[in-house]
Amino acid sequence: MSVLVYTESESGKFKKAAFEVASYAKEVANMLGTTVTAVSINADNSNELGDYGVDKVLEIKNDKLSAFNAKAYADSIKQAAEKEDAKVVVISSSADSKFLASILAVYLTAGYASNVVALPESTSPFAVKRTAFTNKAFSITEISTDIKVIGLSNNAFGLREVSGSATAESFEPSLSEDDFAVEVVSVDKATDKVSIADAEVVVSGGRGLKGPENWSMIEDLAEVLGAATACSKPVSDMGWRPHSEHVGQTGKPVASNLYIAVGISGAIQHLAGINSSKVKVVINNDPEAPFFKAADYGIVGDAFEVVPQLIEKLKEFKANNA
Amino acid sequence: MKILVCISHVPDTTSKINFTESDTKFDTNGVQFVINPNDEFGLTRAMWFKEKQGASVDVVNVGGAETEATLRKALAIGADTAIRINTEATDGFYVAKQLAKVVQDGSYDLVIAGRESIDYNGGMVPGMLAALTGASFINTCIGLEVAGDTATAIREIDGGKETSTAKLPLIIGGQKGLVEESDLRIPNMRGIMMARKKPLNVIEPIESDQGTKTIKFEKPAPKGEVTLVSPDNVGELVTLLHNEAKAI
Repeated sequence: MSVLVYTESESGKFKKAAFEVASYAKEVANMLGTTVTAVSINADNSNELGDYGVDKVLEIKNDKLSAFNAKAYADSIKQAAEKEDAKVVVISSSADSKFLASILAVYLTAGYASNVVALPESTSPFAVKRTAFTNKAFSITEISTDIKVIGLSNNAFGLREVSGSATAESFEPSLSEDDFAVEVVSVDKATDKVSIADAEVVVSGGRGLKGPENWSMIEDLAEVLGAATACSKPVSDMGWRPHSEHVGQTGKPVASNLYIAVGISGAIQHLAGINSSKVKVVINNDPEAPFFKAADYGIVGDAFEVVPQLIEKLKEFKANNA
Repeated sequence: MKILVCISHVPDTTSKINFTESDTKFDTNGVQFVINPNDEFGLTRAMWFKEKQGASVDVVNVGGAETEATLRKALAIGADTAIRINTEATDGFYVAKQLAKVVQDGSYDLVIAGRESIDYNGGMVPGMLAALTGASFINTCIGLEVAGDTATAIREIDGGKETSTAKLPLIIGGQKGLVEESDLRIPNMRGIMMARKKPLNVIEPIESDQGTKTIKFEKPAPKGEVTLVSPDNVGELVTLLHNEAKAI
């Protein structure tokens, strides 16, 4: 038996989330006294996974899997899990992983806990801590099946480098036509921008920005921080920014290390979506804005004066710490 | 086209979250329940299919009698028939098994579920339902058209969107984007009156295992006070983020 981890990649390169789930899988394997096997799909440089505790990599190279396909990916990972006799399977919380995980759980007759934020509290019974009620509570969840699938929340565990090396072997799952019943016809993706899901830092703007013409300020702040840009619901509803940038309960969830809200009052629906971010900063001219109760750091002031200064100070900081 | 919309009965976003029975049960005392927001976007899209393409729309929920008000609201919005599976929704797999039976018995062409409920946030029921029934599946769906036996769906991906096609039967995990907030419908008096006469069928659950169970709930540690930085000293924020929060 081993712990299996699905290490996601994009254009052949492992995502940061892949190293995070590998780090997590390594700790779980230590708890269980076993090893970590990763399964990768069309990824290069498997040896990188060794730095995060992976012992063996099953490399799948298949042109038919070049576009993400939930069923085909789930079927592939299922076959890898069976080959390795894996009792625990760890996956990330990316849009793709969340898509395939529930299918994988059924294929493996496995109990599945998503949004897991910490190492198992115990392995017998197998209990993990996950978020519930839109980050307003945690559930200590027991997974009672023989095989367990864990969906790890992004940025919840971090990276843990170890000195190790991974051996690679090629793996060819047998896929059926049914796996490809959903056909991708087009992908529209901004490749030059950090996505909200992958970002360490997210800079988000609200109605306080007064209009779409002022957005360059948010973009400049994001650029100096290497951050993704996001917005509140009213901003996307008014069409100032695309819906894909809307974060909050009905928008995208954010679990970044640093979340900076500019001109966002902090409605409960907004906070619900960003609460799992580690450090929250708010800049707002209204000291009564509810966001100040949720934030770690705040500046009560005019965003149009504060943000340009913040950009300057960050540039100085970067120059001094380069 | 036969559409089934899965409806979760969830506490309103503004509800206080508390637990009882030694932190093992959600405290429903004084809590207002609503249709899960992600499901409501799906239900509204289903109404579009009903009105423009003559689809029939049933709604289903797994839960006790206390959830019927939520199903009646879905009927008032325009669904034709409601089904309540009379059992407590304890685990995603258990719920998916119950729903799979309804989907198969009813030969539905399209099943619309929300990408996740806002109470347990598992986000697992739609995918499990697809795996159990063998139907095609599109998650985080923000656009859906059906022509004949083929659906074209847009899904939100990290950093963009993706368009794909699939043959019916199809199950989607939907969200905002299927329709916009401004498209959501508040039931009118006529809808509410009609909903009282529409069938709400209660069926008993089937035997099923469950993969997980909550041992207990915990609330996050109370958050400390915000550290305020003067707008005249913005550099201080950079220092704090670096030295104290270690976020940059």
